[in-house]
Amino acid sequence: MSENLLEVENLKVSFSLEGKELQAVRGIDFHLAKGEAIGIVGESGCGKSSAVQALTRLIHATKISGQVRYAGQNLLLMSEKQLQKIRGPEIGMIFQDPMTSLNPTMKIGKQISESLLFHRMATKKEARSRALELLQLVGVPEPQLRLDQYPHQLSGGLRQRIMIAIALACNPRILIADEPTTALDATIQGQILHLLKEMQRHFGTGLILITHDLGVVSSLCDQILVMYGGKIVERGTSEEILLRPRHPYTQMLLQSRPTFDQKQKGQLTPIAGSPPNLLTPPKGCPFAPRCPKATERCQEEPPFFSGVACWLYEEAPQ
Amino acid sequence: MIEEVAVRHRTFYQETWNRLRSNRAAYISAWILLTISLLAAFAPTLSPYSYTQLHLELKNTPPSLHFWFGTDELGRDLFTRVWWGARISLFIGITAATIDLILGVVWASMASYFGGKIEEALMRICDILHSIPYLLVVIFLTVIRGCGLVTILIAMTITGWIGMARIVRAQILNLKQNDYILAARAIGASPARIMIRHLIPNAIGPIIATMTLTVPSAIFTEAFLSFLGLGIQAPAASWGVMMNDGLNAMRYYPWRLFFPALMITVTTISFNLLGNALRDALDPRLRT
Repeated sequence: MSENLLEVENLKVSFSLEGKELQAVRGIDFHLAKGEAIGIVGESGCGKSSAVQALTRLIHATKISGQVRYAGQNLLLMSEKQLQKIRGPEIGMIFQDPMTSLNPTMKIGKQISESLLFHRMATKKEARSRALELLQLVGVPEPQLRLDQYPHQLSGGLRQRIMIAIALACNPRILIADEPTTALDATIQGQILHLLKEMQRHFGTGLILITHDLGVVSSLCDQILVMYGGKIVERGTSEEILLRPRHPYTQMLLQSRPTFDQKQKGQLTPIAGSPPNLLTPPKGCPFAPRCPKATERCQEEPPFFSGVACWLYEEAPQ
Repeated sequence: MIEEVAVRHRTFYQETWNRLRSNRAAYISAWILLTISLLAAFAPTLSPYSYTQLHLELKNTPPSLHFWFGTDELGRDLFTRVWWGARISLFIGITAATIDLILGVVWASMASYFGGKIEEALMRICDILHSIPYLLVVIFLTVIRGCGLVTILIAMTITGWIGMARIVRAQILNLKQNDYILAARAIGASPARIMIRHLIPNAIGPIIATMTLTVPSAIFTEAFLSFLGLGIQAPAASWGVMMNDGLNAMRYYPWRLFFPALMITVTTISFNLLGNALRDALDPRLRT
C-alpha cells in the first residue's frame, strides 16, 4: 500500500435545527491512498454529501468534529484562508447538478480558468490556453467555440464535462465527485464515468465518488463504503461488497437495483420504510427498524464496526 | 494548437455594446438622451434670450417664431428655460441615481461580506434611516445649509440609497443559496472574489431596474421640494418647477405645462428603455 493521502477519523457533522441538534454524520473513519478510488453509497439523506463537504469545511454546519488529515495537517483546524489554498489545487470537487453549478453570467473559459488566476497566478492568456487544453482533455467538441459561450448554451452532459474541467484545472491530488451522474441521461452517465476514470488514471488523483448507484461504484472504485444513518455500516473492496455483501442493508440495496439477469421473478425488492430521523438518533443499530433480521439486541445496542457494523457478524469478525 | 487561442475573442464590453446596439428602442433612446444632454449643455447659446430676461408686454404668448415654446406669465422665453431646466433636472436625476447605486451596492455587499452581527448592524442602520420622516430631514438640511441644488441632492441621497441596499442584499441572500456559489467556494475562491465575480454580476438586473426608476423619481422629488419652496429658487428653472408653474395655467396657456412635461416624459421613457436594454444586454441568459 502506498501512503495515505487523506485520513478521516471520527468525523461528525451536526446542524442545529429549531434548537435541536441534528447529527448528519455520526463518526466515520476512512483512508484514501494515492491514486485510489473510494465509493460512498447509501440512500438519500444518510449523510454522504454532508460528510464529503465537511472534509474541506465547505458545508455550513453548526459543528464539525473529528480529524481530517491531509499532508500532515488537520483540515478541520485550519483557518478559512488556509483552507482556500487547499480547496481547488489540492482537493477538487464536482457537484451533482451541472445545470445549477455553473455561474450563468460567466463565460465557460473564464470559469475554467478562474482558479488558475488566483491559485497559480497565471496570466489571462496562460489561463485561457490552459482552459482550452482542459476542454480538449475532457472531450468537449469545438473547444475554441465553447470558451466564449455561456453555460445556458450547453447541454447537461457538456456542462458536467465543464465541471470536471474546472475541478481539474489546478491538478488536485484528490477529486471528490458528489453524485456526478445523477442529473444526467443514462447514455451520458456512462461517458462521464468513463471520463472520470480516465482522468483519475491520467493524473493519479485520489477519487472519492458519492453515489446511490451501486453499478456506478463497482465499475470505478477500488473500495466501497456503505453509509446508513450517518455511519459507515460496511466497508470492503468492490468485489466483496457486490458479490458477498454482509450487512443486511447492503444486501437489500443490491436486491433493490435492476440487473440484466433478474432472478427475483422480475420484481425488484424495495427496502420498506425510510432512513432514521437523525434529530432523535436510534439507540441501537440505525437500520434495525427496517431490518428483517433484527433482534432485540439490535434495537438496544449499537453494533461495533469491524468491516461491517452488524450484530450478525459478532462471532466471526474477519 | 494551443497557440491560436485568440480567434475572434470578444471582450465582455464589446459584446454588451453590440447587444445594446442591436436593440432599436435602446438605440433611439440613447440618441434622444444625448440630444437632450447636448441641448442642456449649450443652453446659454441656444437662443437670443436669457432664462431670466422678462418681456412684460409679451406675457403668456403661445409658441411662435420668436418664442418657439411660448412665454410664461412673466414673459420669459420657455424654450430657453426648458434647456436651462434640463441642466438642473438631469444633473439631479443622474447624480442621485449614481450615488444611490454606489452607496447601496457597497453597503449591501459589505453587509453580506462580513455577515453575522455586522450585517445585522448595517441593515438596522438602514431601517433607522428609513424610519426618519423624509420631509423632516429636508427641512432640517434647509435650515442648516440653506436652499439649493446641493441641499436637495444631499436630502435625496441621504435616504435614497436604502432601497438599493435592501434590494441588493435581498438578491445576494437569495443568490448565495445557488450551487455555483458552493462550486466557487470549492475551487478556493475568496469571499471577496465571490462577491465581486459571482454575486454582484448575477444581481445586475434588479440593480439596473432600480437605478432607472431612481432617475425620474429624483426629477419629480426635486419638483416637489421646489414647489414647497425648499428647492430651486426663482428665477432658476428646473423641469419640475416649470411644470408646477404651468399646472396653474393649464386651461388657458397649456404650452406652459406641455413643454416641460414632454421633456420629463421623454427623458423618463428613454431612461427606462435604455435601462431595460442594458439589463438584457448584461444578462447572457436573455441574449437572443
